[in-house]
Amino acid sequence: MEPILAMKGITKTFPGVIALSDVSFDLYKGELHALVGENGAGKSTLMKILSGLYKADSGDLILRGEKIVSTGLREMIGHRIGVIYQELNLIPYLSVAENIFIGREPLNRVNGIDWKKMRSMTKELLEPFNLDIDVTQKVCTLGAAYQQIIEIAKALSLKAEILVMDEPTAALTGNEVDKLFDIIAKLKNDGVSIIYISHRLEEVHHLADRITILRDGKHVVTKKRGEMSNDEMVRHMVGRVLEEQYPQYESTPGDPVLEVKNLTKKGICENLSFTARSGEILGFVGLVGAGRTEIMQTIYGYRKKEGGEIFMNGKKVEIRNCQDAVQKGIALIPEERKQQGLILGMSVFDNAALAVLDLYSRTGGILKRSKINAEVNKMIDSMDIKTPSVRQLVKNLSGGNQQKVVLAKWFIRHCDVYIFDEPTRGIDVGAKVEIFRLMQNLALRGAAVVMISSELPEVMNIADRIAVVFEGRIVKEFARGELNEEQVMEYSLGLHEKKHA
Amino acid sequence: MNKTLDMKQVVKNNGVLIVFFIICIGLSFLSPYFFTLNNILNIFRQTSIYGVIAVGMTFVILTGGIDLSVGSILALSGMICAGLMKNNGVNAFAASLIAILVGGGLGLVNGLLITLGKIAPFVVTLGMVTIARGLTLIYSKGYPVSGFSSSFREIGGGYFLGIPIPAIIFVITVVIAWYILNHTRLGRYTYAIGGNEETVTLSGINVKFYKTMVYVIVGIASGLSALILTSRLNSAEAIAGQGYELDVIAAVVIGGTSLSGGRGTIIGTLIGALLIGVINNGMNLLGISPYFQQVVKGCLIIGAVILDRLRDETN
Ligand SMILES: Nc1ncnc2c1ncn2[C@@H]1O[C@H](COP(=O)(O)OP(=O)(O)OP(=O)(O)O)[C@@H](O)[C@H]1O
Ligand SMILES: [Mg+2]
Repeated sequence: MEPILAMKGITKTFPGVIALSDVSFDLYKGELHALVGENGAGKSTLMKILSGLYKADSGDLILRGEKIVSTGLREMIGHRIGVIYQELNLIPYLSVAENIFIGREPLNRVNGIDWKKMRSMTKELLEPFNLDIDVTQKVCTLGAAYQQIIEIAKALSLKAEILVMDEPTAALTGNEVDKLFDIIAKLKNDGVSIIYISHRLEEVHHLADRITILRDGKHVVTKKRGEMSNDEMVRHMVGRVLEEQYPQYESTPGDPVLEVKNLTKKGICENLSFTARSGEILGFVGLVGAGRTEIMQTIYGYRKKEGGEIFMNGKKVEIRNCQDAVQKGIALIPEERKQQGLILGMSVFDNAALAVLDLYSRTGGILKRSKINAEVNKMIDSMDIKTPSVRQLVKNLSGGNQQKVVLAKWFIRHCDVYIFDEPTRGIDVGAKVEIFRLMQNLALRGAAVVMISSELPEVMNIADRIAVVFEGRIVKEFARGELNEEQVMEYSLGLHEKKHA
Repeated sequence: MNKTLDMKQVVKNNGVLIVFFIICIGLSFLSPYFFTLNNILNIFRQTSIYGVIAVGMTFVILTGGIDLSVGSILALSGMICAGLMKNNGVNAFAASLIAILVGGGLGLVNGLLITLGKIAPFVVTLGMVTIARGLTLIYSKGYPVSGFSSSFREIGGGYFLGIPIPAIIFVITVVIAWYILNHTRLGRYTYAIGGNEETVTLSGINVKFYKTMVYVIVGIASGLSALILTSRLNSAEAIAGQGYELDVIAAVVIGGTSLSGGRGTIIGTLIGALLIGVINNGMNLLGISPYFQQVVKGCLIIGAVILDRLRDETN
């Protein structure tokens, strides 16, 4: 059988970077072909060449047996290729429905937009995901997970024959992931061919018919599912044997550092209390919409709290804004790196240095350049951020490396409490281990580490204590190993509450 | 990668500088007087009046803001300075200092309304345009104030080591601004705020304070420029500085600072200001009508932005 798509000998360079060199990739009808590799391996670049966003320096693109010469974005959409990009690309101030149908709005008789039709079409598209959102809601009011689902729905509405999904599940939790998998199964049944990129290797094993691994812009291996063990896959990805997925460490719980008492904020949480102790990692799990991100933002002063008290090292503190929080020794590493974590148009260096300029300056705000240079370069080296130089603009880095820059920014500053909101989103297996180690080192140094993660196995293995959040309340707290994943799911779905009621 | 590509890159990254040199070379052929020391110093002196403000405006535009009220602030500070000297017998030094403080104060009002009042910079400073102009008219009752001490007249008309003092003031402002932008927190935060305000807020930085500061800076620059203009004309007038905001913003934009913030340099602004100065000067030397000069300036602004866009697309 002839493949529906064949990319042959693709090479692509950027100034100072060889993103792809002589990579070949093919895809059969109705197949799901997974593309995996470390951060910066060139996965997204390959897909951007397929979508017509980038032009390859050399190589051929053969679609349904025909060589494609002109590869603009429009042409490729015309060839029924749909792409869900890794970065969210929605327009914040337009509604959900408008975002999905932008450029192809259904029209009424006088050529105006047929709003009613557009709304009902949108509802239909989102139906399988079971979301409680209004399709007329502005996209900027929605969290990352919902935005991701809207991106997926948008791509589905194009009825593409070849669908590229670049880390579609990075922002999703168990429930939505399952729904996405159902949809994928249905699509495959309908003969849609899918290219699937993910750093969650279980997903890859579960879904893929074939798996291709890229490393440093080169094709390493393509194998059928089942022909490659997880360890082998990891070894091909990182080029060495990875010791352990979840590094172990001795936690040394000490005094309470951050105590939150009766935190109340309408629509987010009510009388929420918890304690984060020094030398310990406290995990927060829950469904999308449970309010974990919003709770942390309220503690951090990004949202105004309506009631409750916050204590740092036993002393009551008033946190009215983020500046107060940072000055009191709290760091929040936000989940939305593009909107909240990074300044895309600035360099890796400037981004990493942003949170410590106040520490390393003389009176009058004059910067201690050499000190800052030393600290930032040390951190960037130790985190193995893949960039031709620290002067590179962050927007030119791969998704995972961007995330590392956000982390670097806060690791440089010594804080008492670190709140990580989805720290490993979009991070490859090897780098994840590094990040876990860094978090553990923070704890060992005596900091209190709080970690929100939607990847249940990750929290269950890394956090020392875990709080389950349901509808803005902590419904269960337990030590590592006390509960299994299934039990945690039950708590996050609120099943226990209903039983009691 | 290869040499030809690098050349292209160089042209695109330094487009305005290259245009600047081409125009200078062209003008030196067309007018023998153009490339004389006298004329070059003259260009610097003429440029300094709006150039100094453009330096301050660069800060504002880097944060993604805008200040339309610079011309009116200039008029009010100039008038107060003149009035204090003529009517109240205040000495030149004290009056100059007060003029700069008035400029900074009005900038502070702008800044506070924008950050605490959460009103768009365009709207706040548009209001300030007529408020400051009105205050100038009230204070002066519409009459010009002229004839100052010789020491005050030095600011706009004097020389130091053969270089016009306004040109020296301009260059010093550029150097100070360059230092602030590259070596202080204020400078780095100015870029960062223009790049992504939310990220800066979440990094625990007092965005409101730094945003206010940039309006104070442009206010101070306007006050400084008022001294040069008032001294040079030996007279303060209520209509002074009218329409200056356009030349000032043009200089910044031609210099490559992005109106949406986050990107630009002070050297760019220096070149932008000088380019406008050179073109004004050159067209005067060639006897081109002022009406036509306006058209050229307009084309220049649009051309500069196109150059900028080209650079964006290749990077
Ligand atoms: N527009 C660009 N300009 C310069 N370099 C780029 C650009 N886009 C990508 N790169 C570089 O190309 C390499 C491959 O990037 P790519 O985004 O394809 O990685 P990826 O495999 O998708 O990684 P991740 O898992 O982190 O998303 C990286 O080193 C990246 O820095
Ligand atoms: Mg990618």
